Amino acid sequence: MILKAEKISKEFIREMKNTNRFFAVQETDFILESGSLTVLMGRSGSGKSTLLNMFAGLMLPTSGKILLDNTDMYSLPDKELSEFRNRHIGVIPQGQTALHSLNVLENVCLPYTLGGEDAHEADALALLETLEIAPLQAAMPAELSGGELRRMAIARAFLRKPEIILADEPTSDLDDETTKIVFSFLKHAAQNGSAVFVVTHENDAVQYADRVFRMNAGILEEQ
Amino acid sequence: MKFSKSLPFRNLAGKPVRTTVLILLTALLSLTVFGGTLMIISLKTGLHSLESRLGADIMVVPYEATTKANLENIVLQGATGYFYMDNARYEKIADCDGIGQISAQFFLASASSSCCSVAVQIIGFDPETDFTITPWIQKSYGQELQKFDVVVGNDLNAFVGDTITFYGIDCHVAAKLDKTGTAFDTAVFTNQETIKALIQSSLDLKMNTFQNIDPEKVVSCVMINAAEGYTVEEIVNDINIHVKKVKAIQTKEMISGISDSLAGISDIISILILVVWVLGVVILLLAFTMSVNERKKEFAVLRVIGASRNRLAGIVMQEALLTCLSGSIIGTALGLVIIMPFHQMIEEQLNLPFLLPASGKIIGFVIAAVLVSVLSGCISAAASAFRISRIDTALILRGDN
Ligand SMILES: Nc1ncnc2c1ncn2[C@@H]1O[C@H](COP(=O)(O)OP(=O)(O)OP(=O)(O)O)[C@@H](O)[C@H]1O
Ligand SMILES: [Mg+2]
Repeated sequence: MILKAEKISKEFIREMKNTNRFFAVQETDFILESGSLTVLMGRSGSGKSTLLNMFAGLMLPTSGKILLDNTDMYSLPDKELSEFRNRHIGVIPQGQTALHSLNVLENVCLPYTLGGEDAHEADALALLETLEIAPLQAAMPAELSGGELRRMAIARAFLRKPEIILADEPTSDLDDETTKIVFSFLKHAAQNGSAVFVVTHENDAVQYADRVFRMNAGILEEQ
Repeated sequence: MKFSKSLPFRNLAGKPVRTTVLILLTALLSLTVFGGTLMIISLKTGLHSLESRLGADIMVVPYEATTKANLENIVLQGATGYFYMDNARYEKIADCDGIGQISAQFFLASASSSCCSVAVQIIGFDPETDFTITPWIQKSYGQELQKFDVVVGNDLNAFVGDTITFYGIDCHVAAKLDKTGTAFDTAVFTNQETIKALIQSSLDLKMNTFQNIDPEKVVSCVMINAAEGYTVEEIVNDINIHVKKVKAIQTKEMISGISDSLAGISDIISILILVVWVLGVVILLLAFTMSVNERKKEFAVLRVIGASRNRLAGIVMQEALLTCLSGSIIGTALGLVIIMPFHQMIEEQLNLPFLLPASGKIIGFVIAAVLVSVLSGCISAAASAFRISRIDTALILRGDN
């Protein structure tokens, strides 16, 4: 699967000196290929999350198109786009994303159980094992540390073995050791054919990357 | 997927206090709607039953009866009492214009002393002409009453086959009437042959306040239905002008006091239902809004995982449905448990005819009350469901990381 962005931009309305609008993402072309790990770095507020959210189908670009194997993502009806995201795009958003009425294992199984499918608990447990939080499977999110919650979100995004993985600062709460585990995990997914896109401030991420981009005030540049 | 693992259920179970409060609130809502409606309907059924039990357009009594032996207390409140007038007056009344059906009735009150089993109102009728009591007795007892057969009202502690004694005469309980919710539930009915014998015996025992009457030559009251082409008012006026020492009363007027207080109580209950309903809907609305608002982030996460906008709305609606359905079932069940066993007490407290509708109708009200409460809950949740389906996922995910 190829995710292709054609001349996308995102403009927000904000009070400023001369004008009340600004571009968080300037007109950008971009291709996310299967089997490769792309790393996006850049200063805070430069538009990285905005770009990732547009790729995820969660934010309509102000201009341009995002094509998934030649279908315009945002031309799909909500139901189809949602279903597509559920099956084929694993999103790890910035910040904490637990559902507090479910325990860790149930949170991880959500991509399946949401649509009433079998939970695939064995797969979920294997992921928890790799991310070293298997003993926490029955714990409630409120009991977990920030890094543990982060790994739970990573496991959840990977459960359906999506072709596209979009991770927004997946290692921000993690120690060096765990960061390594997560990056080799992402690398492994890329080697197995997924298209992996990671926004990060981690300089070491470059080691794992097939391509590295930098975002600067809404302008995307390949390094 | 098992119901107990479904997300709406888990969300409710995860907030036990809030869920319980919401369930209790809908329970209160449905209790008021169901209990209130059942009260109003029972009162109306009671009034209707009273109307059909009186069964005549006009009741003519000796003039003294309207003052001395307070007629309304006997007919409407279940007090005991009796009065008599000469047979000749019956003939005069029968001669008036516009009389469709006419039949005499005979009253006697039994005493609470040893001569009688119970102190009750005994009403005798003429099987030849009667049109008010016979159709009613027919429902419980298909045969003609023999001498010393009596039919007892539903509230009396006597059963078919029992023997009850009035003024030293043993009477046989031939039938027990269905409940009417009126003063007639505590009365005893018999034919004129029997009641004349009982009156004679009460005279012989010197226990009748009237001493110089011949039971064969008196009646207590005359029931009349207007003939076609005549208004009830015309006949009442005619009798009151032409027949001396009697008072003709429209039965509709007699029970107008009751229908007035009934209308008053119905209004109060209706207002109560409305107030509770509006308050309930407003509180539910606020509760659902708050509950959904504080979980905005979780709903955004569901979007990220692949829930469609409709699915988010569906989760909110399912939560509301689950809460309101359990609440309203509890509420109506509570209503049944409160009203069914205590309806006798309610009847006494209100001092109005009160008759529960048939069980089939009650089941209908149960279903209607559950539906109304569930619908109210769903309406209250609909706004929240709609708003959550419109969320800007990316914007919400930015918040409070
Ligand atoms: N919904 C919005 N409305 C208005 N402005 C927004 C909105 N979303 C993002 N922005 C602005 O767009 C710019 C880019 O935001 P974005 O979240 O993409 O930055 P980022 O590169 O991910 O930063 P960080 O590294 O801190 O996560 C910021 O200046 C932000 O304030
Ligand atoms: Mg960001």
